[in-house]
Amino acid sequence: MMPALDMALRLAACLLLAPLLPGIINRVKSWVAGRRGPPVLQLYYDLAKLWRKGVVLSTAVSPGHVAGPAVAWVALAVASLLLPLGPAGAPLAFPGDALLFVYLLALARFCTASAAMDAGSAFEGMGVVREVSYAVINEAAIIAALLTLGVQTGSVSLSVMLAPPAAGAGAALLAAGLFGVLLAENCRVPFDDPNTHLELTMIHEAMVLDHSGPPLAAILHGAALKLLLFAVLLAKTVLALTSLSWLATMGALGASVLVIVVLVGLVESLLARLAFRRVPLLLATSFLLCVFALLVAWKGGRL
Amino acid sequence: MTDTLNLFIGLAMGLNLLALASSRLPSVIRAAALQGMVLGILPLLIEHDWQWMVVLVSIGTIAVKGFVIPHLLRRALRAANIDREMKPLIGFVPSLLLGAAATVGAVALGGVLPLLPEHADSLLVPGSFATVVAGFLMLMGRTKAISQVCGYLILENGIYLFGLLLINSTPLLVEAGILLDLTVAVFVIGIIMDRIQKEFDTLDTNKLTTLHE
Repeated sequence: MMPALDMALRLAACLLLAPLLPGIINRVKSWVAGRRGPPVLQLYYDLAKLWRKGVVLSTAVSPGHVAGPAVAWVALAVASLLLPLGPAGAPLAFPGDALLFVYLLALARFCTASAAMDAGSAFEGMGVVREVSYAVINEAAIIAALLTLGVQTGSVSLSVMLAPPAAGAGAALLAAGLFGVLLAENCRVPFDDPNTHLELTMIHEAMVLDHSGPPLAAILHGAALKLLLFAVLLAKTVLALTSLSWLATMGALGASVLVIVVLVGLVESLLARLAFRRVPLLLATSFLLCVFALLVAWKGGRL
Repeated sequence: MTDTLNLFIGLAMGLNLLALASSRLPSVIRAAALQGMVLGILPLLIEHDWQWMVVLVSIGTIAVKGFVIPHLLRRALRAANIDREMKPLIGFVPSLLLGAAATVGAVALGGVLPLLPEHADSLLVPGSFATVVAGFLMLMGRTKAISQVCGYLILENGIYLFGLLLINSTPLLVEAGILLDLTVAVFVIGIIMDRIQKEFDTLDTNKLTTLHE
């Protein structure tokens, strides 16, 4: 197959499958609560509806308000190209792409945050402050997790790093830490409640209050894509999938992403969100889990 | 063999951090008790031939550290009618980070110390250092007398862990003696806490700064 076509197909698969994940989480939540809940494809309908709508802009905004979500979406889409999806490796792979992955996530966050501040609303400023202050610890955790994988495999390329050797205590620590990071990065309970509509307590939702139409669709789709990215990252760090055939690998990857998403839904149904002053403790815990995984990987050669 | 040992010591190091991070006193007591029980199993893992003395010390440690002392502490807790450390001198996130830094430092230090070949690949020495530092942090950073007792227990767990290095050369009677001392100490501290509670109506040790006739 031609490399360009291959890349386009994989990107399309990522982009098309991503909005399914929030639908599954909502389905799990309504199943636990005994409700019927929205259809699994609800986000696709929402995105289609938003895409047809016009954009309402405040008089205070600069072009950055519309450009921010677009740049953030492109950054996340490129980041999804860097993740290896199966035995064939990633569509885009070069030594050091792990660094690019971290920076693309940071760029997406920066663009969303600056677009939110651009609207000049106090609530959005508040949401940005919270998002960015959580991100300080989260990014340290992601970097520690990637360092762990780098030390384990002796490489800085994601396609080598994400095929780790056999699981052990280090992998368990890393999985727990990355799951915490996944919940925090995607604004899930117990860090943030995606259903809340109280401006004083929202984080991610507060940032997108003033967006409408296609930019809002880009933000929502980007959020779903980010969830997919982190789920795949978590699944690939834990599973050693090198020995299976292509179809079995893809099946195992899909199943593990599904398990992670169901787990997120269960956490969301069974836990309440934490008070703000307790959140840093939990964030620090997931950071430390990643650091200890790094410690195990570092000492692993000599222990 | 060493892997199982390291797993248990790693668990004990994790419990250090749990005790440092939790603000609720019952969970601090539970963490200290669980750590005592985990460490109580270790002699059975280190000794290959189970003499009756080893088994006895192990069972004694688990019983005293896992059940008797936590029971004494919970009773003091009920009498004092508090269940939360409100204003620690060192906050929970800083003490968690300090404890984690101490753990990383202890592992690094364990790597450079000239240890016996049979101890070089075990976590006994790093685990002991990390646990001692965590115990000191709790002793220094908390204001409630019960948290300080838990810090003291964790400190003692660290010393016990260090003592396991010499398990082949110290008579196990010494271990039994230390265990007895510990129980008596916690018992005495329980009585003192009761007195503090009666005298000052609080367990906050910050109030104990002036001497009276």
